[in-house]
Amino acid sequence: MNLSEKEVRYVADLANLRLSNEEVLRMQQDLGHILTHIEQLNALDTANVEPMAQVLFDADETATLREDIPHRPLTNQDALANAICSGAGYYKVPKVIERA
Amino acid sequence: MSLPTSLPSLTITAVRDGLRKKDFSAQELTQAALAFARAENPKTNAYLTFSPERALAAAAKVDSEIAKGFTMGALAGVPLGVKDVIVTKGLRTTCGSRILENYIPPYDATAVSRLEDEGAIVIGKMNCDEFAMGSSNENSAYGPVRNPRALDRVPGGSSGGSAAAVAQGTAVITLGSDTGGSIRQPASFCGVVGVTPTYGRVSRYGLVAFASSLDHIGPFARNVEDCATVLHVMAGRDDQDATSAFAPIDDYNALMKHPAKGLKLGLPTEYFEGLTSETGAVIDAAVKQLESLGCEIRTISLPRTKYALSCYYIIATAEASSNLARYDGVRYTIREDGATLSDMYRNTRGCGFGAEVKRRIMLGTYVLSAGYYDAYYKKAQQVRTLIARDFSEAFKDVDAILAPVSPFPAFKIGEKVDDPLTMYLSDIYTLTGDLAGVPCMSVPCGQSSDGLPIGLQIFAKHFDEATMFRVAYNYEQATSR
Repeated sequence: MNLSEKEVRYVADLANLRLSNEEVLRMQQDLGHILTHIEQLNALDTANVEPMAQVLFDADETATLREDIPHRPLTNQDALANAICSGAGYYKVPKVIERA
Repeated sequence: MSLPTSLPSLTITAVRDGLRKKDFSAQELTQAALAFARAENPKTNAYLTFSPERALAAAAKVDSEIAKGFTMGALAGVPLGVKDVIVTKGLRTTCGSRILENYIPPYDATAVSRLEDEGAIVIGKMNCDEFAMGSSNENSAYGPVRNPRALDRVPGGSSGGSAAAVAQGTAVITLGSDTGGSIRQPASFCGVVGVTPTYGRVSRYGLVAFASSLDHIGPFARNVEDCATVLHVMAGRDDQDATSAFAPIDDYNALMKHPAKGLKLGLPTEYFEGLTSETGAVIDAAVKQLESLGCEIRTISLPRTKYALSCYYIIATAEASSNLARYDGVRYTIREDGATLSDMYRNTRGCGFGAEVKRRIMLGTYVLSAGYYDAYYKKAQQVRTLIARDFSEAFKDVDAILAPVSPFPAFKIGEKVDDPLTMYLSDIYTLTGDLAGVPCMSVPCGQSSDGLPIGLQIFAKHFDEATMFRVAYNYEQATSR
C-alpha cells in the first residue's frame, strides 16, 4: 500500500511540515510500508478490550493531585530567552491577520 | 592510583574510596575526566557539549564538604554524562536536533537535580538520535556516534552517546531515555549495563517529551551495582510529574545481594524466534548459568509479542506528532521566515527536523487524522492492553523474565539507514517492556565471534526493580569471577 501524493501533502499540511518533492515521494513509500505492516493488528480481536492510554497502577483517584501551593513561575525574561524574535515582553511572529 | 589510566574502570565505589583516602580530590578527578573525555571524543562523537564550569563548581563544592567533614553524598565526585534530551539549566540541550541548536534550558530535570544533590558531577551532554527517535544514533543532526568496541559500527540508539561514553570510560555513569528500547539496546551493543525502570519510577520532569506514555529516564553504568545506586537516588515521587509514582523505593543494593537461588525465571518462546544463532547461543549460556545458581527456568508465552512493533509505531508516533508541535519557530532558537505565520511554521519545521523525525510526525498525524483514529490509534491502545496483560499473566508464574535485548549485535554504520522498517525491527524485543511499563534492563552476557557485545534482557513486575537487579547482580558476579 502506497499513500497518494495528495494524501501525503494533506497530512504534511496538518502537521505544519514543508516537504520537498523528493521528500513527498519518499514519504509515500515509507509510510506505505509501515502502514502495510501495521495492518497485521486487524488479525487481533479487540472487541471488548479497554484501550490503554497510560500505564496505571493501583492508587486512589486523587493520589496524584498535589497541594495547590503558589510558586514563582518562570520570569518573562527567562521564558523569552530562547525566542529568535521577541520584544516588549512578547514573542514576535509574522502577521496573522490575513489568515481567513 | 593514577587517574587517567584508571578512569575507564572507575566505579562509584572506587570514586568514593579515592575521595575518602584522599588519593585524589573531586576537582582533580573532574579535571582528569574532562580532559580524558575531550581527548577521546573524536573517536566516538559521544559528547555534544562539555560543561567544565558547572562540573568544576560542583566538584569544588564536594571537596569543601569533605574538608568540613560532612557526610559524602551517594554520588560524590562521580563524573556523569546526561543524554541531550534531558534539560540542564544554563547548559545547551539540543535533543540531537537542528531545531534546538542553541537551546539553553531555564531549568534542570528532576533526575539531574537529584543526582547533583548527591554530589554527581555533570561533565557533558550526550549525543543521541534526534528527539530520541532511532535505533542506531545515525539520526543525530550532529553526526553519528561510533561504537567504542568497533568504530565502524553503531552504538545503538537512541541513547548511543550515553552507552558509548560508559563503554569508552569517559564517564562513570550516564543518563539515557527509553521509549522503545533506547537504553537497553545501546547498552547491549556497547557492553554496558542499562536500566529502564518501571514507568513512573523516575520523574520525567525535564525529559523533553517524545511519547509521554512510554518515555522513561534510566541509568547506564559499567556494573549492576552502580546502576542500582543511580536509580535509587533518582527514583520517587515528584510533584512536577503527575505520572511519577508514590510506590516505596526498595533498597536495591541490599536486596540484589540475596542469592538468586529459588527465583522462577520465564523464557518467552516468542523472543527466541528470528534472532541470530550466535545471539541465541550466548543467551542460552546465560540462562544455563542462572539455572546453575539455583534459579528455576520455565518456558512461558507472551503471545501478543509480534504485535508490539505495530502497536508501538502507532502510539509512539501519535504522541510524538502532538508533543513536537511546540517546535514552531516562535519559542525555540531557530526560525525560517515565511510570508505568513503558517508559512513560517512550515518552513521552520521543514528545515529544522531531520528525515526520521519528519517520518514519525507524518505517521502520527496520519493515524490521528479524521476517519483513522479508531482504526489505528484506538486499536493500538487496545492491543497495548493485551500486551500488558501478557506480562501480568506471565508474572503470576515467574519472578522475572529473560530474553535477548536485540536479535543481533551492533550493525555497521549505514547498514540499515535506508530502510526504516528494518531499522524498527531491531527493537522487537524491547518495545514490549515500554508498552507494558514494566522495569527491564540489559546486562552484558557475552559476545559474538567477532567480539561484539551481547546483552541479556531481564524484565520484572511493576516496581520490582529489586528482583530484576538481583537476577542481574547474581549473574554478573557468577560470570566475572
